Amino acid sequence: MLLISCPNCGPRDETEFHYGGQAHVAYPENPDALTDRQWAEYLFYRDNTKGAFAERWVHSTGCRQWFNMLRDTVSYDIQAIYRMGEPRPDLERPVVNNPAATTPEGATK
Amino acid sequence: MSADQLPEHPDFLWRNPEPKASYDAVIVGGGGHGLATAYFLAKNHGMTNIAVLEKGWLAGGNMARNTTIIRSNYLWDESAAIYEHALKLWEILPEELEYDFLFSQRGVMNLAHTLGDVRESVRRVGANKLNGVDAEWLDPQQVKELCPILNISDNIRYPVMGATYQPRAGIAKHDHVAWAFARKCDELGVDIIQNCEVTGFLKDGNRVVGVKTNQGTIHTEKVGLAAAGHSSVLAEMAGFRLPIQSHPLQALVSELHEPVHPTVVMSNHVHVYVSQAHKGELVMGAGVDSYNGYGQRGSFHVIEHQMAAAVELFPIFARAHVLRTWGGIVDTTMDASPIVGLSPVENMFVNCGWGTGGFKGTPAAGLTFAHTIATGTPHELNKPFSLERFETGALIDEHGAAAVAH
Repeated sequence: MLLISCPNCGPRDETEFHYGGQAHVAYPENPDALTDRQWAEYLFYRDNTKGAFAERWVHSTGCRQWFNMLRDTVSYDIQAIYRMGEPRPDLERPVVNNPAATTPEGATK
Repeated sequence: MSADQLPEHPDFLWRNPEPKASYDAVIVGGGGHGLATAYFLAKNHGMTNIAVLEKGWLAGGNMARNTTIIRSNYLWDESAAIYEHALKLWEILPEELEYDFLFSQRGVMNLAHTLGDVRESVRRVGANKLNGVDAEWLDPQQVKELCPILNISDNIRYPVMGATYQPRAGIAKHDHVAWAFARKCDELGVDIIQNCEVTGFLKDGNRVVGVKTNQGTIHTEKVGLAAAGHSSVLAEMAGFRLPIQSHPLQALVSELHEPVHPTVVMSNHVHVYVSQAHKGELVMGAGVDSYNGYGQRGSFHVIEHQMAAAVELFPIFARAHVLRTWGGIVDTTMDASPIVGLSPVENMFVNCGWGTGGFKGTPAAGLTFAHTIATGTPHELNKPFSLERFETGALIDEHGAAAVAH
């Protein structure tokens, strides 16, 4: 289980959160001007990165606020957590490099 | 059924050849779908100068990690057609491949726990019958008769209000299925190359002409991608995107038990699916982990949740022990239906998006994908499952229909 540091509430179990998929996908500025191909891209196509991936989470059973997370989709290490509206951090090294940020496979809290 | 009824562990069923400099076609992915595709390419289309490239060991990905449920009781016509064709192939393949992979038509039950479930289920039974798929609606007493260990009392949170039942559905021994296909492929001259990871593609303009691998460059006229959870990674190498999200899907087995579970029980609502393998393990699975992942493992609370569901439905399981849990990486699409067809790159074909239910589709995926690769046009059965449907809007929306739990 992931241990996620909510920007408002601090570290909480993954079960308190819901996943929102890829971050930074803006609603099209002129939806009526899009071709079917572009509309399909907006509706159905999302990055499926193997590695560092910017994604959204919401703290459903806490502050109920959305936030962004940069997470490695192979190791599941959480590399950064940042607020909605902030740009994806350009990381050389992880910002949240806390060993407690993720628990070993199969561990419970 | 006991362990001594299993066939003996085989010696070598296929060669381990070095890759040749060129092939007529290369299949990327040596799981069930890749092997079935190679088999039908050789058998139906006479293409024997082909190779299957597998980055790990043969059938060690989702083919080794699924819960082996085979059924065809899907709601929509397009799905019923392809999955029913798969089921008909499952029925003849043990003989055709000359390999008893223990296809056991013990039936699959999909439980209904709410009025909404009941209405959806009865509708689906009707749709199935119209499509020539065997289906019945069972009341709770009939459910109990077929599966006596199920708790149908009304003192649980979501009582069993009935079930759909497909008698011809069942399970098969997944690794034996892979070996059966691999042996026949090998006999037909197909090269199965393990530990061969694709690192890139050679293109001439927009046409694929070769595959770069950790065992060297292989020239080829056609490439078929059958890499499930890693399809997006391969597509990116080839220069296009797929509408796929990769998620971990976990499953587990108990220790061996006497035969107690005569059929397969699936519950979408409390969300668990359970059967008992030939050796005696209880095999269980449920839904994907919510986050994107390539790690072949998921979070423990997902296991905990499906165990709670299993124990409520089957009180007898309360004292069973979990022997092993694992995860595979499944390639999910927005409409919970697969993508089998052409790609934006010329002579490159995609078979992906089978998500949490690819095992049951193995023979039909192989048949239709082979047809698509050999002829350059889709088979009648996979025509609706094109990549274009996400642009045209002709989705095959099995979410909330029959594909919530596979």
